[in-house]
Amino acid sequence: MDPESTRLRDLALSDTGFVFDPLTGHTFTVNLTGQLALRCLKDGLSPEATARRLTEEFESDKNTDPVRDVQDFVLQLRDCGLLE
Amino acid sequence: MKAKYEPPLIVRHSLAGVNKLGSIPAIRPMSSIDGVRIEELVVAYGSPLFVFSENTLRERVRELRGELGRRFASFDLGWSYKTNYLSAVCRVFHQEGSLAEVVSGMELRKALAAGVAGQQIIFNGPAKTAADLTLAFEKRVQVHIDHLDELALAETVAEGLGIVPEVGIRVSQSDLPVPTWDRFGFHLESGRAIEAARRIVRSGRLGLRSLHGHIGTFIPNPDAYRMAALAMTRFARQIESELGARITTIDLGGGFASHNTLHAQYLPGEEATPSFSEYVEAIASGLEEGLDGAETPRLVLETGRALVDDAGVLVATVLGNKRLADKRRAVIVDAGVNILPTAWWYRHDVRPAQEILGTAEPTVFFGPLCMAIDVVRDRVMFPPLRVGDRVVIRHVGAYNVTQWMQFISERPNVVMVSPKGQHAIIRKAETLETLLLQEQMPAWL
Ligand SMILES: Cc1ncc(COP(=O)(O)O)c(C=O)c1O
Repeated sequence: MDPESTRLRDLALSDTGFVFDPLTGHTFTVNLTGQLALRCLKDGLSPEATARRLTEEFESDKNTDPVRDVQDFVLQLRDCGLLE
Repeated sequence: MKAKYEPPLIVRHSLAGVNKLGSIPAIRPMSSIDGVRIEELVVAYGSPLFVFSENTLRERVRELRGELGRRFASFDLGWSYKTNYLSAVCRVFHQEGSLAEVVSGMELRKALAAGVAGQQIIFNGPAKTAADLTLAFEKRVQVHIDHLDELALAETVAEGLGIVPEVGIRVSQSDLPVPTWDRFGFHLESGRAIEAARRIVRSGRLGLRSLHGHIGTFIPNPDAYRMAALAMTRFARQIESELGARITTIDLGGGFASHNTLHAQYLPGEEATPSFSEYVEAIASGLEEGLDGAETPRLVLETGRALVDDAGVLVATVLGNKRLADKRRAVIVDAGVNILPTAWWYRHDVRPAQEILGTAEPTVFFGPLCMAIDVVRDRVMFPPLRVGDRVVIRHVGAYNVTQWMQFISERPNVVMVSPKGQHAIIRKAETLETLLLQEQMPAWL
């Protein structure tokens, strides 16, 4: 995650889920879990650790699979040009 | 209290400045039908599952009959069998006073087998055989002649039976604000229709009593019906004055739009579709203008989809999620276009069958077939679904359970829910045995 998280670290993230990428000027919206996931990843947490944080902070049941969801989120970040 | 978990999601704001995420009006779940929980039905009858509301069927047909009754002293509805000929659905319409409108020997025999009297059946279609016409004339079915060869055949059959049946002719029209359907019937403006009328009256082997037209399907424009009614009425008066044959019935076929939304349509059908009252008003004003004081004939309508679409839903179960190359979320459900051919015409309204929380994002619903064409609903804003969740595809009562294909998998159960909350299968799910029963192995293999 390391070299990539510098790219993430530069993103501005508001409390309302608004994301600004100073490199490109692009803006994004993240949902509530996306906000937390993005904060964790910006802090350099691994996807697994990020998934654990999501499980702690949100009410989920046994049918959810946050690890898979965070892996998908990382792909979304890549799709958005926010990760190499 | 903790917020509910949903998969994390990021969406880039498009250049047009439209935020594709979040603040979309919440999609209202549909968790029951006439008081019966959808989950209960799926547990009892499996998934996918077609469910018909008897109550909605009756409400729709009563509404149309009410509108007709206010404007016409004499009218009939003919239930368009091809739209949905499941026996239970037909029975509801017949109980509500509808005739049967059939377009093939099979549909004719199906109506007769259900106990519908011959005089209560209208027989349309371009492909009536000698055997079909013999049965129809023997049972005094109202036959509408489609073309000259069929006319000759009908005359021969009638002569063979030693009777002079009363028939109608199907008339096609061009001067309407809809695409011309001239492949059915005798064309009005080019003079084919009056030629056919002359031929019937002069030969005297059939009696000409009715005119039939069906100007197209899913016609969102009531004025097209005013114009069709006007032209048909004028034509009836021309026949009466020129040939002395009295036209006692004008049948304007079906074609009213249902509450669905066509792929090319901008406004959703639930907002754009005219009411029965608007269609009936248009027909009444066309007839009145064309009659110009003459005696009003009996009006017949063969409304199909507008009566039955709303009454049917297809319940499906989520099998999986994936993300596509263009970032759309894709949901795979267990109901495909093999049982929902109307997905090719409509942007069907899809609802979750349970409360779902989470952020809506562009979603495509794929069916279970290993075929690229199997798209149940393209691009709809939908919150995240999980494996095992149910979705309800609405307004699927017309044409699906007749046009569906036994393709790749068996066709599922169809059930009806009564106004009292009873429910029962009205068509059993197919099994592998159903399929194998029709096949035979040649001895040399
Ligand atoms: C002769 C005839 N009548 C009635 C109908 C029912 O039409 P709709 O479902 O559009 O009302 C059809 C359907 O094509 C038809 O061909």
